[in-house]
Amino acid sequence: MKQNFWVFLIIWIGLPNLAIAQTDTTDLMGLLGNNEETEYATATFKTTRLLNGHSIENQAAGVLDFRINHRFGNLNGGTYEWFGLDQANVKLGLDYGVLPWLMVGLGHTNVDKTYDGFIKAKILRQSTGKKNMPISMTYVTSSAVTTLKWTNPNRNNYISSRYSYTHQLLIARKFSNATSIQIMPTLVHRNLVDSLKYKNDVLVIGIGGRQKLTKRMSINAEYYYVLPNQINKIYDNSLSLGLDIETGGHVFQLSCTNSRGMTDPQFLTQTQGKWTKGAIRFGFNISRVFTLRDRK
Amino acid sequence: MKIKLISILFASIFTISSAFTLKLDGSDKYMTKNGKVFFFSHTDMEDIKAENNKVASVLDSKTGKLQIEILIKSFVFKKALMEEHFNENYMESTKYPKSKFDGKIDDIKAIDFSKDGTYKSTVSGNLTIKDKTNAVKTNATFTIKDGKLNGKTVFKIKLADYNVEIPAVVKDKI
Repeated sequence: MKQNFWVFLIIWIGLPNLAIAQTDTTDLMGLLGNNEETEYATATFKTTRLLNGHSIENQAAGVLDFRINHRFGNLNGGTYEWFGLDQANVKLGLDYGVLPWLMVGLGHTNVDKTYDGFIKAKILRQSTGKKNMPISMTYVTSSAVTTLKWTNPNRNNYISSRYSYTHQLLIARKFSNATSIQIMPTLVHRNLVDSLKYKNDVLVIGIGGRQKLTKRMSINAEYYYVLPNQINKIYDNSLSLGLDIETGGHVFQLSCTNSRGMTDPQFLTQTQGKWTKGAIRFGFNISRVFTLRDRK
Repeated sequence: MKIKLISILFASIFTISSAFTLKLDGSDKYMTKNGKVFFFSHTDMEDIKAENNKVASVLDSKTGKLQIEILIKSFVFKKALMEEHFNENYMESTKYPKSKFDGKIDDIKAIDFSKDGTYKSTVSGNLTIKDKTNAVKTNATFTIKDGKLNGKTVFKIKLADYNVEIPAVVKDKI
């Protein structure tokens, strides 16, 4: 049996103070007065993603995050598709915290052979005390490029047609130690759309949250609502439910979602399948962090 | 151990000059808001270290009564994730924001506050972490220099005594 000791080494500095008269010695702390400090909300979410989309969390400066996202096929595929387990969609990503408020990331997924990159910057931090701020706010911008061979190579294809861009404002509040809610006004710009009937700029509003079950486990939910008359009717809104499990340097996110793609424009504007019809995909995200640069 | 002079100590230049009058009045409190607490845990995997320099402490030099108050969230770790886990999972610092020591310097009579020197004495009292209070006793060293008092103590603490739960998977890492 190994004995665990935490050692507190205490050094204190004292000095005589003129302002003090003889007072009751039972509460000496009262002599120091009340110096209120700003207390920032930390760990609003366990990791930098709610499930498919971003949460307001950033990786700390100097921390590299290796992410593996995996989605199986649809649950309603029956025994022939082994309830979706015969299919696999994968996204690999590397995120890095550059500064305490700035994070960048790169990723690649087999869905439409897409590469993506993002920049994420903190704007506001929820705090109480000297500075009072009810919410945290973050801005994320990402671009994605598909590299599939052209479906119609005989026509005039432009490289710019492969690009799409996403801008998101994430607004979150940690209501209690266990409960956090986030809303995500989102704009997706697609350089090329299927028909003139559809919009190049698509407005989406997202809502998500987490509820802790234990110190190391939480339930997450994320819903993105595409405002009407913007995209092809065959597409649905993305809804994901999941379970975060944290073990030291890893965070495992188990999820059920109707989205196949894991890159911003894919789950925001190209989700196909309704939860009510059993078009649910089981999936998981694994995050492993490496501290490359120690804090001073 | 070197002690950084922080803003509050500059005020001491003013107070030291007045210290004589103070003693005549019969007041004799030593205090700081910028005391330091180091946190250290050694395991086979890695050493875990943190520093907190926002520790409040008051000593009544007449009775020897000593109080120390530590804001848990002010511990700074090298690894951000360690700091998050320390606050979120182990210390639950939102629920239990402060730890306290309330006790006394047992041999206060042996310390002559009016002249420079180093003194040893035990310190005993109640240590409260996560709302669990235990009686503790430990050795301490006190140094008087230019009217300022430096104190050093080490508390060895068993996690189980203070309600800190460690899950089996990470047992050897903490």
